[in-house]
Amino acid sequence: MADQGFGLYLHWPFCQAKCPYCDFNSHVVAQIDQTAWAEAYGQQIEYFGELTKGRILNSVYFGGGTPSLMDVAVVDAVLDKIRATWSLANDIEVTLEANPTSVEADRFRDYRMAGVNRVSMGIQALRDADLRALGRLHSVSEALAAFDIARRIFDRVSFDLIYARQDQSLAAWEAELTEALALSADHLSLYQLTIEDGTAFADRFNAGKLRGLPAEDLSADMYELTQNLCEASGLPSYEVSNHAAHGAQSQHNLIYWRGGDWVGIGPGAHGRLTMADGRHGTQTDLSPQIWLEHCRQDPARPTYWEPILPAGHLTERLMMGLRLNEGVVLDNNFRRQINSCKVKYLLELGLLCEKNDRLITTRKGRLVLNSVLSELLAD
Amino acid sequence: MTDLTHIRNFSIVAHIDHGKSTLADRLIQLTGTVAERDMKEQLLDSMDIERERGITIKANSVRIEYPAKDGQTYILNLIDTPGHVDFAYEVSRSMRAVEGSLLVVDASQGVEAQTLANVYQAIDADHEIVPVLNKVDLPAADCDRVAEQIEDVIGIDATDAVQISAKTGLGIPDVLEAIVQRLPAPQGDRDAPLKAMLVDSWYDPYLGVVVMIRVMEGVIKKGDRIRMMQTAATYPIDRLAVLRPEMQNIAELGPGEIGVLTASIKQVRDTRVGDTITHEKRQTETALPGFKPAQPVVFCGLFPVDNGEFEDLRDAIEKLALNDASFSFEMETSAALGFGFRCGFLGLLHLEVIRDRIEREYQIELITTAPSVIYHVHMRDGTMEELHNPADMPDLTLVDHIEEPRIKATILVPDDYLGDVLKLCQDRRGIQEDLTYAGTRAMVVYDLPLNEVVFDFYDRLKSVTKGYASFDYQMTGYRQDFLVKMQVLVNEEPVDALSIMVHRDRAEMRGRAMCEKLKDLIPRHMFKIPIQAAIGGRVIARETLSAMRKDVTAKCYGGDATRKKKLLEKQKAGKKKMRQFGKVDIPQEAFISALKMDG
Ligand SMILES: Nc1nc2c(ncn2[C@@H]2O[C@H](COP(=O)(O)OP(=O)(O)O)[C@@H](O)[C@H]2O)c(=O)[nH]1
Ligand SMILES: C[S@@+](CC[C@H](N)C(=O)[O-])C[C@H]1O[C@@H](n2cnc3c(N)ncnc32)[C@H](O)[C@@H]1O
Ligand code: SF4
Ligand SMILES: [Mg+2]
Repeated sequence: MADQGFGLYLHWPFCQAKCPYCDFNSHVVAQIDQTAWAEAYGQQIEYFGELTKGRILNSVYFGGGTPSLMDVAVVDAVLDKIRATWSLANDIEVTLEANPTSVEADRFRDYRMAGVNRVSMGIQALRDADLRALGRLHSVSEALAAFDIARRIFDRVSFDLIYARQDQSLAAWEAELTEALALSADHLSLYQLTIEDGTAFADRFNAGKLRGLPAEDLSADMYELTQNLCEASGLPSYEVSNHAAHGAQSQHNLIYWRGGDWVGIGPGAHGRLTMADGRHGTQTDLSPQIWLEHCRQDPARPTYWEPILPAGHLTERLMMGLRLNEGVVLDNNFRRQINSCKVKYLLELGLLCEKNDRLITTRKGRLVLNSVLSELLAD
Repeated sequence: MTDLTHIRNFSIVAHIDHGKSTLADRLIQLTGTVAERDMKEQLLDSMDIERERGITIKANSVRIEYPAKDGQTYILNLIDTPGHVDFAYEVSRSMRAVEGSLLVVDASQGVEAQTLANVYQAIDADHEIVPVLNKVDLPAADCDRVAEQIEDVIGIDATDAVQISAKTGLGIPDVLEAIVQRLPAPQGDRDAPLKAMLVDSWYDPYLGVVVMIRVMEGVIKKGDRIRMMQTAATYPIDRLAVLRPEMQNIAELGPGEIGVLTASIKQVRDTRVGDTITHEKRQTETALPGFKPAQPVVFCGLFPVDNGEFEDLRDAIEKLALNDASFSFEMETSAALGFGFRCGFLGLLHLEVIRDRIEREYQIELITTAPSVIYHVHMRDGTMEELHNPADMPDLTLVDHIEEPRIKATILVPDDYLGDVLKLCQDRRGIQEDLTYAGTRAMVVYDLPLNEVVFDFYDRLKSVTKGYASFDYQMTGYRQDFLVKMQVLVNEEPVDALSIMVHRDRAEMRGRAMCEKLKDLIPRHMFKIPIQAAIGGRVIARETLSAMRKDVTAKCYGGDATRKKKLLEKQKAGKKKMRQFGKVDIPQEAFISALKMDG
């Protein structure tokens, strides 16, 4: 898997406020002992460094939560430790997720000095009413100002939008997306609003109080529109919800989708590592306090390992790889495992295609990927 | 044994919810038949389903001792009968075992369809009838108006109607007095050879088959050898008891008395309701006229959702049939649904009760196919075949004509909704027979094909009249009509479980409605699915379920892989609840829902 890259994901589990749609492992706390977190991260980096000696790191991702709430000193210490532990690729990508409310020019310059070279910003919407409905703390003008700062400091800036929101019409989204594209970011993540279990939105939805979400046809139309507009503006999709200018794809996320290896550090972080005895999945304690406590007791304690068997690996490869426009490589191993009748059937339906020894979803197929997968993986 | 003059046998007739069970509870309570601490509501409704739905399915009885105002103690035997139209035939049989009826009418509602249907049965059985106006505690109660209605519509004297509130207990002593004073005592010679009526029988897990009897003549004792005259079977009596309402052993029962016996009878099917019980040695010369056994009129297929549960289903059905002779079954195989049973029921409620019990008590999830009535298919060669399942329809070239069962339906409805009711009946191919008024309510009588009623007529009636109409029916016979078998094809393949018999003139309409319904019920697939209705090879309605357009997770990063994998597994499990027809998954509820008509 080394050829698919090797990355490090670091989870920062704190936010200023909990958004009602969000099911990420994020918490609102009164005080954060940043030094303790810096120590724990450093120690975890050492622990995983031992296990992955000699590998070359292609990417680091500070995800959250809201990593832009991390003290520069913490980011600095973490990146120092990383440099001391692994050899870094020349073109290493170091991304930090930022919320518009916590973007300050000075601090962002310091992040850059520390080694961050890419920022992903959670703008979410370019309409104030919708930002409020999403429970966000920022306004459109604050988001635009923050984006401006970020772009002056960093070469690579991406931002996220959530669409298919309550009562959003096709025309309204077209106008909003056109404004977003005019900001000429080199990367956009455009997610349709998903009602995730256990969130405040889910409670309201189940009580029948979250109305005006688009039906299947409108949501499909919105998706198609998104593809077309982005493509026309030089940001074609490379994954279901991700768009990039040529060469500006997120190297880090490609590691996930291409089935590479990555280390996952921090509460609730997942990882995938190929070791002498095969591929493994890692998971960590979800609770920030427990994770921190377990780190203190024993660096091995917060992480749980599970072997990934060939069948599970196939599932993951299809699940992740078919999200990409480039599809998955069909090597001999794969051809042996995959159900060729189902593949043939899906090829006939025009949902999959085969090109240069790759299995690829067609545009139509990518839009119904969950059904394609359940067909492909059914017994 | 009690002297004849000190016995009164009666039943209570009432429309559903007019207070029959509550009154029975009060009678039992006031006479101290059941200790206060054992008193629970709806004492006579014994099964969970009966209690939950507030319906009585089997006959039940209770023996009450009542010290009357004249200083004498009387034995009152109440036989509680099912009130629902599905079981009307059983009601008529139970009524032959008693001499009088309390006609309970909710004084805030007035006479309803089941009041009529039931009271006519009481009149047919030559009962003395005491009108009882219940719920006088309600502000809306209007005793004068309802008494007048009873006289106008039913034609019995209601001047001495007893006014009560079964809820508060008001007037209950008057009811007891009226039973003693106004209902006739039974008659019968205690020295004559034994002649007893088999009123009902049921299966008790501890006692085996329990038989309810009414002694007409002679005396029956524990240990006697008895003979069932129709089946010619003989048994020694193991146990003789009366119900209070729990069983209390008794040494003997004489003329006019009602009780139960057990006699190592294996199955309920070995007993015939209405049979005459006599002594093996000293037999009565004339048997009671007897009854025709109740015949199933509605048939449907029951299939386990999980094919592996077929044997469990067989077991459940056999056990239920032990206690219910009116429920019939035979094995059925369906191309689409696999192995299951074709079952016959007395009506739709009966069907639902049995289906609920299988699902609940035996925990087997079921697919229920379209209910069908029995058609008489007359062949060219002069023979006649009974068709219980549209899938078995013979080759049309061999068929001369088809007859279908008809009913006489009586509907009582407030004026405001009359138009909607008439329209509903006309739409269901009804022929109006009568329309009269009683106060602000209209009474309509329609001749209707049973197949138009069996499925959702009652639901529709309730919905177009906001629940204010009442309905009852009786079977009247068979009549020829232009009936055809309509098939449904999903993705070009016929789905046998969705075939129905339908009148030719209604076929397009039904076909269109079913295709539209199925279009909503079947989830979108990765390809588009034609849904067609056809007669013979000819398509008469068609809908297209368009292909699924969007089904993809928006966000899937490193941490989501594990979760998403689990989601896929869950989807796989969900699929097991669907049946595959070719490449199409049809959800189980579609088979019944597709048939429901909105108009
Ligand atoms: N207000 C009032 N409610 C009553 C009276 N008798 C019965 N009910 C209520 O009417 C409903 C139907 O009574 P039930 O005895 O089950 O009727 P059944 O269907 O004829 O057996 C129940 O909710 C009873 O509590 C009464 O005299 N007054
Ligand atoms: C890790 S999250 C959070 C980043 C950052 N904390 C923020 O909210 O700005 C990454 C992105 O996922 C998207 N997201 C989160 N929950 C979502 C949901 N329920 N439906 C659609 N997109 C969602 C948002 O666009 C969000 O920016
Ligand atoms: S700020 Fe981001 S991570 Fe935090 S709760 Fe909101 S969406 Fe979730
Ligand atoms: Mg009742």
